[in-house]
Amino acid sequence: MDIPNGEAWTIAGRTLTSRLIIGTGGAQSLDVLRKVLTASGTQLTTVAMRRVTAAGEGSLLGVIKQAGVDVLPNTAGCHTATEALLVARLAREALGTDWVKLEVVADDITLLPDPEELIEAARKLVADGFTVLPYTNDDPVLALRLEQAGCAAVMPLGAPIGSGLGIRNPHNIAMIVERARVPVILDAGIGTASEAAQAMELGCGGVLIASAITRAADPEMMAIAMRLAVQAGRAAHGAGRIPRRWHAVASSPVAGQVSS
Amino acid sequence: MNVTLNGEPRDVPPGTTLAQLVGMLTDQPTGVAAALNGEVLPRRAWAGTPVRDRDQVEVVTAVQGG
Repeated sequence: MDIPNGEAWTIAGRTLTSRLIIGTGGAQSLDVLRKVLTASGTQLTTVAMRRVTAAGEGSLLGVIKQAGVDVLPNTAGCHTATEALLVARLAREALGTDWVKLEVVADDITLLPDPEELIEAARKLVADGFTVLPYTNDDPVLALRLEQAGCAAVMPLGAPIGSGLGIRNPHNIAMIVERARVPVILDAGIGTASEAAQAMELGCGGVLIASAITRAADPEMMAIAMRLAVQAGRAAHGAGRIPRRWHAVASSPVAGQVSS
Repeated sequence: MNVTLNGEPRDVPPGTTLAQLVGMLTDQPTGVAAALNGEVLPRRAWAGTPVRDRDQVEVVTAVQGG
């Protein structure tokens, strides 16, 4: 039996074989990023949109293209629907994609999504023809509202961005998965491989990871670890875990035991 | 006349086009987008779009993030 690579999955008609999406933020150099993209096996990676500076931005897009990875612009830094709409439109023009990872945060301390602005931005972007993948709270109701607004996926957080705290409310993630008819992508909070596996075991379709890989002591090795973890978690989800029991259930036969 | 280019004031001659303003910042042939007073204009329209006094121009590109 082959090690399952995770069967292909589809977001808005685009078929992907890798269930790991990489955020490019935090990589110390483009060379590190190149190694991470390759080692992770990802097919989709996020970028942010920022003002052009005279210093230039190097060849970020070149590195991503060379790695054979599609680019997913985000609206990081936006606090209102109006800002997010402008940044998404700039990204569409600059990068030639109508896919957008929608981020509308309430403040810079928590970087938690602002539900009201997020929903408004999602509706406007969908109406403008975007394929919208919103970064959202681990709130099953908000996730459902985003799906009803026409989003192509929902991306609940495990914990605040960059915190590495893992999945703080796995029950909520499971409830989001249970009701969603669009892919659920765990986004933010992952710190290490076991947490990526947990996201997949909870039934998420994919995982987005940036800091946990790019800021690891050895980013390339962590990219490999995350790739394996996502595969393992997906396989475990499909294999079906045993029920949890209060007391032990002997795994060796009870009959024929030696007694003194 | 004065325009604001990526948040910085710039004194430019009348008739300056959006293409010329973008050219002051970057010569990247792709991967760049520009907005004039909050409206995104496609690259093909830049050369034919003169800017006016007190216009706000944003020129962006992709950076590592997310």
